Amino acid sequence: MIRVVLPAHLRNLAAVNGEVALEVPGEVTIGAVLDALERRYPVLEGAIRDHLTRKRRPFVRYYACQEDLSNDSLETPLPDEVVRGDQPFLVVGAMAGG
Amino acid sequence: MSSVRVLVGTKKGAFVLNADGTRKAWDIAGPFFGGWEMYHLKGSPADPDRLYASQSTGWFGQQIQRSDDGGKTWTPVDHKFTYDGPTGNHLWYDGTPRPWEFKRVWHIEPTRDDRDTVYAGIEDAGLFRTTDGGKSWHELPGLRTHPTGEKWAPGAGGLCLHTILLDPARKGRMYVAISAAGVFRSDDEAKTWTPINKGLKSEGIPDPNAEVGHCVHRIAQHASQPDVLFMQKHWDVMRSDDGGDSWREVSGNLPSDFGFPIEVHAHEPETIYVVPIKSDSEHYPPDGKLRVYRSRTGGNEWEPLTRGLPQQHCYVNVLRDSMAVDRLDDCGVYFGTTGGQVYMSPDSGDTWSCIAADLPPVLSVEVQTL
Repeated sequence: MIRVVLPAHLRNLAAVNGEVALEVPGEVTIGAVLDALERRYPVLEGAIRDHLTRKRRPFVRYYACQEDLSNDSLETPLPDEVVRGDQPFLVVGAMAGG
Repeated sequence: MSSVRVLVGTKKGAFVLNADGTRKAWDIAGPFFGGWEMYHLKGSPADPDRLYASQSTGWFGQQIQRSDDGGKTWTPVDHKFTYDGPTGNHLWYDGTPRPWEFKRVWHIEPTRDDRDTVYAGIEDAGLFRTTDGGKSWHELPGLRTHPTGEKWAPGAGGLCLHTILLDPARKGRMYVAISAAGVFRSDDEAKTWTPINKGLKSEGIPDPNAEVGHCVHRIAQHASQPDVLFMQKHWDVMRSDDGGDSWREVSGNLPSDFGFPIEVHAHEPETIYVVPIKSDSEHYPPDGKLRVYRSRTGGNEWEPLTRGLPQQHCYVNVLRDSMAVDRLDDCGVYFGTTGGQVYMSPDSGDTWSCIAADLPPVLSVEVQTL
């Protein structure tokens, strides 16, 4: 299972507490995790990535294993620690707003 | 006894205020969706417990929430607002073409007879509709693709469709207002549109007869006089007696004719309200006095309403969707400020009291008479 940590606003929106555990078929890439997340919680479609362009929203970041993966391609495989479930994949609301 | 429900959208969440018909004691519920910008909430005339709310942030985009129990609980519904067909271009601030791009939902307008049919006005300006209670939204592209669309330019708040009036008398007739394009009318349920901006004189537009390009802040209408429209333009308070075919200024003796909201009394179609603001750069009341101005003559002759409102050191603004009336026998008038206060008058504006003092900046106020 892939562990995903969401920011508080998105946890509220998806009505989940704590981490989300996802089955991700095939290779565990950033895009595959986001696809699985949006399939499970359709309310999150458009909240992390733009509906049309599928690009990451400007004030959302992706992290895993202390690495900023925000600008990596969606085909980037996630680290083994994430694939094994030892470490979570983090969707973070960027600190912005003054 | 009737009761009143006030739906307040703020920059950091939504609030639902309830009172009985005396309007003396208010119960405040919320914040709902804390931290999100709630541009607008509105109830269905066909089913007052059916509410819709526009929820957005710059971080996580747009959501639409629906309540079926008068705002106690909410469920997210479809929030995809995809333009129908090629987007084309409108004008950007620097005069260059810019593709239409969805930003947020500014205004939600449920229809009178069907709780599941609702219009939504969005930025960049477009009109959407759901006929299934928000499960899916579809653009009515005739407005955005109007031949004048390439000349529409954003106001300071963006290229927003902020007002939707559904004509109470003529089936299929509706009006929308867009900053900064102007007012448009449809007689075929939003399939085709006509710009109706004759008589608007907008400083900074070289052509006094410009078909579009006017920064209309809000329009209002009374059900008993459907051909009479009132407008708060960026500058100027305007009136039309022919369904928008022509406009004339009725600013009269207002201390400033800049402002955002305009509203009509529930039972007196010639009684209207505005909140004069000093200027478009200062965005606060003249002389630091928060005054609602009322005209009982449909414009031109205005009286300040001050009893219960701060008359010194007040520098708040009242935004375009932040004024509403109830339909009790003695009409209640309500407005919210960017300072987080919601004021209510139970007597058509003669006296006022603050029914919520310390909310986040208020973006919208709607009232339901139950």
